[in-house]
Amino acid sequence: MTPIELRCCGQGGQGVIMTGMVVGKAAAIYEDRHATLVQSFGPEARGSTCSAQVMISDAPVPFPYVRHADILVAFSQSAYDKFVAELKPGATLIYESDLLSLDNRLPQGVVARGIGATRIATEVLGRRIVTNMVMLGFLVKQTGIVSKEAAIEALRTLVPPGTSAFNIKAFETGYQQPPE
Amino acid sequence: MTKREAQPLRTGLHFMNGNEACAEGAIAAGCRFVAGYPITPSTEVVEHLARRFPRIGGMFIQMEDEIASSICFQGAVWAGHKAMTVTSGPGLSLMMEHIGFAAMTETPSVFINVQRAGPSTGLPTAAAQGDIMQVRWGSHGDYAIIALCPSSPQECFDLTIEAFNLAERYRCPTFLMMDETVGHMMGKVRIPDAADLTVEPRRNTTRAPGDYQPYATYDGSDVPEMTRAGDGHAIHVTGLTHNEKGYPDMSFAVHDALVRRLQRKVHTHTSELFRLEADGLDDADVVVVAFGITAGIAAYAVTQARALGRRVGLLRLITLWPFDEARIRTLTANARAVIVAEMNLGQVCLQVSRAVQGRIPVHHIGNPGGPVIEPEEILAAIEGAAT
Repeated sequence: MTPIELRCCGQGGQGVIMTGMVVGKAAAIYEDRHATLVQSFGPEARGSTCSAQVMISDAPVPFPYVRHADILVAFSQSAYDKFVAELKPGATLIYESDLLSLDNRLPQGVVARGIGATRIATEVLGRRIVTNMVMLGFLVKQTGIVSKEAAIEALRTLVPPGTSAFNIKAFETGYQQPPE
Repeated sequence: MTKREAQPLRTGLHFMNGNEACAEGAIAAGCRFVAGYPITPSTEVVEHLARRFPRIGGMFIQMEDEIASSICFQGAVWAGHKAMTVTSGPGLSLMMEHIGFAAMTETPSVFINVQRAGPSTGLPTAAAQGDIMQVRWGSHGDYAIIALCPSSPQECFDLTIEAFNLAERYRCPTFLMMDETVGHMMGKVRIPDAADLTVEPRRNTTRAPGDYQPYATYDGSDVPEMTRAGDGHAIHVTGLTHNEKGYPDMSFAVHDALVRRLQRKVHTHTSELFRLEADGLDDADVVVVAFGITAGIAAYAVTQARALGRRVGLLRLITLWPFDEARIRTLTANARAVIVAEMNLGQVCLQVSRAVQGRIPVHHIGNPGGPVIEPEEILAAIEGAAT
């Protein structure tokens, strides 16, 4: 059983780790699969390039590290620069299309789907803080890595109390957004 | 006012990190007192308990340092509670005096150690597995300890309960040897119903006050029965060599009998205490020994090596101390080489070398903490050893 390998990467503060956490929890708890999450720890989680590595499988996952990403979610140029080579042929790149530009380092055969998540969060929803939830909804729609229902159940338990309706609205907005 | 929860256990499925799972394991084991000095990368354990304890009748105290923490919780144990402390390498170094005290006074004591790269303050946020020898030999004199090493968040939960159980059964310092990676890795954790958990109660004496001596062994097990301070039995707890009443006794004969018993009570149970997982050993030319996060990496490397046609097996250690050399010798009897992968410069490797007694080569793959070992390093060692 080969696990699905997902890396979410961006700058500390963009909600990168939370994005991975929702996916991991959705798979492990609400789809009764197995998942692990290893996150950047230390100074890099507070502003510089950081990432969460999520492995999803039907069996327990002893090795929690992404080697050949099936899905890369890139929130920033430097995160893309750092991890783009990890994508395997046929993989999917989900990226913040206003904040980074693709180049010839993108491996052959990778499907790239962009979304201006920060702009949508700021201009459409009025709160930049939900950028990651917009990205998450888009990720779930474009890849089907977890079901929409499982993702919403997981995010409901992970966001601060009283904010779930707004976060779910942001998720829905990203979910409905066509790729650029 | 903090609302009191009727049910301390959070039965069900969780997606949590190893540190939180360890905290939940402590709660499930009945621990209701923790003294600690929060330190990276163990902080989430006490953070979690500081939130959880007020709702379930427990107490976390942030002490002035690790020296105080490591003796404060032992006071709670003698008052009848299950208690522990939580730390990482620099704190563990400060606790050595009271680890010896726990050994000498036979205090059922649990030390959670989330390992980071040392020596000294080293790399605070980076993983290591470098405290293996320190927990065994760090305090002066001869004594015995138990050390368990989880590889996943689920095992952080399970083995924390096991650590409490063993501490109660053997009345010795018992260590949970996590590392930064296992502590911060999130995974699926199943917390069972209380009825489905095995939690060993304290072995409190049923003897009448006049008929009880705190350091006498009545059941032939080498482990004395306990009593709770204030319950009417005369007790005296000292780090000095003591007689069965617990009073200081400086005679060499008493010292010899006491210290030998402190070792014997654990080491006569080495074979049942030494837990491991063996995979693919039957036809293995090469055996890889690993533990903690490195065991998962070794499993990845072993799978790749088998795909290349190498006959290689994996021994994942769950118990680090006491170390069953005879068992390792038996399990590697048909192998041509052993590889020990660990995030230190050769600690468990020494034990394995002692076990195989020079019969086959023992190769070490490791680093002094920092990045986890890459599977390719282990794979290369397998290739080298197999040819």
